[in-house]
Amino acid sequence: MNIDEQSIKHVAKLAKLSFKENEVRQFTEKMGSIIEMVEELNELDTTDVPGTYHGITIDSVMRDDVAQQGTDRELLFKNVKTAKDGMIEVPEMLDNGGEGA
Amino acid sequence: MNLFDYTLEELHRMLVNKEITAETLMEKTFLRIEETEEQIGAFLTLTKDKALEKARAIDKQGIDPTNVLSGIPIGIKDNIITEGVRTTAASKMLEDFIPVYNATVMEKVEAAGMIPVGKMNMDEFAMGGSTENSAFQITRNPWNLNKVPGGSSGGSAATVAAGQVPVSLGSDTGGSIREPAAFTGLVGMKPTYGRVSRYGLIAFGSSFDQIGPFTKTVKDNALVLNAISGQDKKDSTSYAEENVDFTEMLEKGVKGMRIGVPKEYMVEEGTEEGVLKAVKEAIDTFKKMGAIVEEVSLPHSKYGIPAYYIIASSEASSNLQRFDGVRYGFRTENARTLEELYVNTRSEGFGMEVKRRIMLGTFSLSAGFYDAHFKKAAQARTLIRRDFDKVFQEYDLILGPTTTTTAFDIGGKIEDPLAMYLSDILTVPVNLAGVPSISIPCGFSNELPVGMQLIGKHFDEKTIYQAAYAFEQATDFHKKQPTFEGGVK
Repeated sequence: MNIDEQSIKHVAKLAKLSFKENEVRQFTEKMGSIIEMVEELNELDTTDVPGTYHGITIDSVMRDDVAQQGTDRELLFKNVKTAKDGMIEVPEMLDNGGEGA
Repeated sequence: MNLFDYTLEELHRMLVNKEITAETLMEKTFLRIEETEEQIGAFLTLTKDKALEKARAIDKQGIDPTNVLSGIPIGIKDNIITEGVRTTAASKMLEDFIPVYNATVMEKVEAAGMIPVGKMNMDEFAMGGSTENSAFQITRNPWNLNKVPGGSSGGSAATVAAGQVPVSLGSDTGGSIREPAAFTGLVGMKPTYGRVSRYGLIAFGSSFDQIGPFTKTVKDNALVLNAISGQDKKDSTSYAEENVDFTEMLEKGVKGMRIGVPKEYMVEEGTEEGVLKAVKEAIDTFKKMGAIVEEVSLPHSKYGIPAYYIIASSEASSNLQRFDGVRYGFRTENARTLEELYVNTRSEGFGMEVKRRIMLGTFSLSAGFYDAHFKKAAQARTLIRRDFDKVFQEYDLILGPTTTTTAFDIGGKIEDPLAMYLSDILTVPVNLAGVPSISIPCGFSNELPVGMQLIGKHFDEKTIYQAAYAFEQATDFHKKQPTFEGGVK
C-alpha cells in the first residue's frame, strides 16, 4: 500500500511526535519503501499459524506476595527537572479546554 | 604491555603471580585508551577515578586465585544502566541521565571483581548497524579507520579490537553483538533469550534483547558469560539454570558433531565473494576435524527482515513511550501545555532513526493495520522458529556467514535506512527464534575480518563454544591484529 503525508501526520500524532513539513515529505518517501518491504509478508500463507509474541516459551514467574522495600523516594526524584512539595512539576494539563494528554 | 597480547587467563596468571598489580593493569588500560581514543572514538564516558580506586581495593584484598575475572577491566555498552555513572543510550534524550540503580549484569560484573572503565558508544537506543546513529560521535573500525565498526554495539566492539580493554558487554536485538564482532574480528555471543537478565538494559525490543560479551578469544567469552548469566528475580523472562560452566565442553572437539549449513545463508547474489570463500574454507576446516557438515534449509529466512522490523519497532514504540520529559532525561524548554511538553520533548530529544522506528511500530499497531502487519509478523516469526526447530532435530549446530559483507564505509548506508536494515538479513532470524548464536573470526576479505556465525539450540551455548573453540585452535585468525590504517599484522 502507499502511505501518504496525511497518514504520516496521523501516525505522528499517535506517537506524540511532530515533524516539519520538509521532514514529513522525506519521511513519507522513506517509510513508503520500508512499508513496501515489510508487506512482502503478504505472500506468506499463515492460515492456522499461531503468533509468537515472546522470546522463548516459559511461564510467567511470580515472586512471593511479600511486601518489600522499594526505591527511596528522594533517589527517584534525582533526575526530575522541576519538583515542588514532593511532586513533579509540569505545565498545565489542559489548554483552554482543548484536548489534553 | 599491550592488552592485545594476553587472554584473560594470562592476565589472571600475571595478577596472581604479582608480575603486575590490578592498579598497573588499569593504568596501562587508560594509557592505551588515551593513545588511541582520538582515532577510535569508542567511549562516551570514562570512569578513570572509580576504576583506579576499585583496582587499588582489589590489590589490597589480594587477587582471588580461583576467580579468573578478578581485576579485569571491562567496557560497558551505554544502554546498560550504571548507578552513579551517566547512561545515555547515545541519545540526546538521556544526555544528562545519571541512574540511581544498577542493571543486574552490573551487579554481576562487580561480584566477579571486574572493573568497568567506561561506557561505550552505540547507535541511539541500539537502533542501527553502524554506530553512526549515535547522537554524540561516530566510532571508527580499528581495522580501517574509514570503515564503520558495525552496530549497534560498535563502541563495545571497537574498544576490544583496538586493544583498549580485553572485554566488553554489548546487547543484541537483531544482530547488534554479532555484526560488530564480525566487522572487527572478535568473538561476540548473543546468548539464548532468557540466559542473561535484562533488568537495567534500556528496553528496545523486549522479546529479543539480550546482553552478551565481546572478547578476543572463545574461552574468554565463555568465562565472561559464566559471570553474567543466571536467573534474576527482577526479570521474569530469565531462565532458571544456575552456575552453568560454559567452558566445560571446550576441549571436546567436533568429531561426529552434526552441523547444518542453510542454503539460504550461502547465496552468491548479494554476498561478498571473500565472505563466502572464508566461510567455505571454515566448513572444510570443520570437516577435517571430523564434523559432519551438510546443507540444510531454513525456508522462511527471507521473511526475517520484514517480521523483525515490524515486531521490534512495535515493541520499541511502546517501550519508548516512557521518554516524555517528566521523570528523567531531556525536557523541552518549549512547552505551554503538558501535551506540548510530551510532543516537543520527544521530537527534539529523539534522533531520526529512532523516530522512524517509533513511527513504523505505531503504524503497525494502529487500527486497521494490526492484523496485516503485527499479527502477520508474529505468525511469520512462528514459521521461522519452526524452521530452526526442524533443523535442530537432526543437527547440533547451524553454520553460516554472520554478515553478507565486511565492514562498509562510514557514510555508506546512513542515508538509506532500507539498505541498512537489509544488512541484518543473516542475524535477525536468530533473534526471532530466541536461539543463541556466536560470531567468530574465520578469515579476511580485502584485509577486513570476516565473521562466521554458529547458531545453537535454545540454552545450548556450551555446544556453540565447543565448536567455536575447536575452530579457533585449528586456525590463527584470532591472533591477527589491526593496524588502524588498514591492513593486517
